[in-house]
Amino acid sequence: MSEYNFAYLDEQTKRMIRRAILKGLAVPGYQVPFASREMPMPYGWGTGGVQVSAATLTPDDTFKVIDQGADDTTNAVSIRKFFENTAGVETTEETEKASLIQTRHRIPEAKLREDQIIVYQVPIPEPLRFLEPRETETRKMHSLEEYGLMHVKLYEDISQHGAISTSYAYPVKVSGRYVMDPSPIPKFDNPKLEMDAIQLFGAGREQRIYAVPPHTKVVSLDFEDYPFEATKADHPCDLCGAEDSYLDEVITDDAGSRMFVCSDTDYCRCRREAGHTGRMTKDVAA
Amino acid sequence: MYVAVKGGEKAIENAHSWLAEERRGSTDVAELSIAQIREQLSLAVNRVMAEGSLFDPDLAALAIKQARGDLIEAIFLIRAYRTTLPRFGCSNPVATAEMACDRRISATFKDAPGGQVLGPTFDYTHRLLDFKLAAEGEVPDAPKGAPRDEPTPHITEFLQGEGIIQDEPEGDETPDDLTRQPMEFPSKRPLRLQSLTRGDEGFVLGMAYSTQRGYARNHAFVGELRIGKVAVEMDIPELDFAIDIGEVELTECETVNQFKGSKTEPPQFTRGYGLVFGQSERKSIAMALVDRALRWKELGEDNLGAPAQDEEFVLSHADNIQATGFLEHIKLPHYVDFQSELELVRKLRREAEERITPKEAAE
Repeated sequence: MSEYNFAYLDEQTKRMIRRAILKGLAVPGYQVPFASREMPMPYGWGTGGVQVSAATLTPDDTFKVIDQGADDTTNAVSIRKFFENTAGVETTEETEKASLIQTRHRIPEAKLREDQIIVYQVPIPEPLRFLEPRETETRKMHSLEEYGLMHVKLYEDISQHGAISTSYAYPVKVSGRYVMDPSPIPKFDNPKLEMDAIQLFGAGREQRIYAVPPHTKVVSLDFEDYPFEATKADHPCDLCGAEDSYLDEVITDDAGSRMFVCSDTDYCRCRREAGHTGRMTKDVAA
Repeated sequence: MYVAVKGGEKAIENAHSWLAEERRGSTDVAELSIAQIREQLSLAVNRVMAEGSLFDPDLAALAIKQARGDLIEAIFLIRAYRTTLPRFGCSNPVATAEMACDRRISATFKDAPGGQVLGPTFDYTHRLLDFKLAAEGEVPDAPKGAPRDEPTPHITEFLQGEGIIQDEPEGDETPDDLTRQPMEFPSKRPLRLQSLTRGDEGFVLGMAYSTQRGYARNHAFVGELRIGKVAVEMDIPELDFAIDIGEVELTECETVNQFKGSKTEPPQFTRGYGLVFGQSERKSIAMALVDRALRWKELGEDNLGAPAQDEEFVLSHADNIQATGFLEHIKLPHYVDFQSELELVRKLRREAEERITPKEAAE
């Protein structure tokens, strides 16, 4: 695909996106409007993440793409292929070896390092959107730091259900200022948002970029008497025995039998290679 | 036995091969050429050019062929291609008053200079299936008339002469470009018009229809509808004058709307404006109605809370490429989030049961 520039986007567009990224890093959690381009993949399928990755990639990078924590889900395969074709960068499935990771819906289990960047695909960047549909209103609320509506929502959850009934895309406050949507990661991943790596968030259709610089304070919203709780299925992984990883529940037969496996496929593979086993390790065809 | 889901790449390749085969259809039937689509499905080509924001009938025809006739998919192909094109500059505003009209009608005057020219329209055809077309019959030549040499004046000019229609002063400000700047609200009218002209025909039509049925009704007369070709001129810095770089076919609609006046404006007629690539009559009329509905603030009208008056609602949802992408993305895997919802619902049910059970035991 030599008829396209490195990583598809032209250099002017990349410069515009990099400016938005830098502004996002300078004002953690603030949604920076940017002139999102039409990409050769549909809006809602990671065009924001793809544009941020394209503006961030260098020829020396090693790129990893995950969707639902897995490298082999169809859209992850498709996006990885896109950058193999347009940027010719090296790709990997190993979290450890990647310098740039694009993700949808998960943060890898392995601790990310200072020399790594993680790019999130974001469908709706506005954490207040489902409480107030108007952008003109929500931007005002952010500028006035008026987040009462969000606390009322969480409070109503507790009064009606006895618990905060948000299980993914759980809102956080970044660096004590902006309330931010961490993208639809399960709330299990929220504590990992305080990390050593640079975190960039791209929402293509909604034309927004935001960022969390390394070592930034990220607090999941909660109440003193109803503290935030990162939850997962109460099982170990049936393949590698991990008790600290987020699990997928897989239906294995017509009788509805279940097994639980790590959603982070690379994490699970590393553990199995290191000799860890789970309840069903013997039953599994590789 | 659990088999780890692998081989997404192979599955994607196979799906693409199958798709290519389905697109071609039976090889017993001759393949469609781009020229056939361009010439014989020209209204589909026009829609793809209009909503794809790129005037190139051959590329639009190619996109329609590649998309198996799915016009939104074809529009998407054109949009994705369009963004990769270098931008040399911008043309001068096209002069629609100079348009070589194939069609020009006015609903507000019985006759006017330039006349009522029906042109190649479906209007007044009886919608009866023409089975002769199934037999691939040749059509007889249509009668020919002498083309009009002088330009056809805009109908609204006559009203403007009388000072009875709201003035639309010419400005020399370069409007913002929707494809280079993120949409922000409140928006300016040029951006609104850009958004509407590339907006989904069905959506804009529905919005316009809602104003006719009483949701912010602004009774519209089609002051003029004209379809034809206009020259595209561009200033070349080295030359010091504008040169003709080509021509495009456009449909322009100006509505004349009743207006009783407001706190800021005297009673007069007001306008809505639609301008769309190609012969896109339905779209340009609909665009003009929605444009007019969105102008309530500038004309000092009341906000009636109607959907078509709400620019954030209309403009955020008019783009079918954005809409279809987001709509269809829900078929991507979401099992991680679903898992967290599963656990939450199980937990809430468990807790609810615990609350209910002891009460029953006590009763």
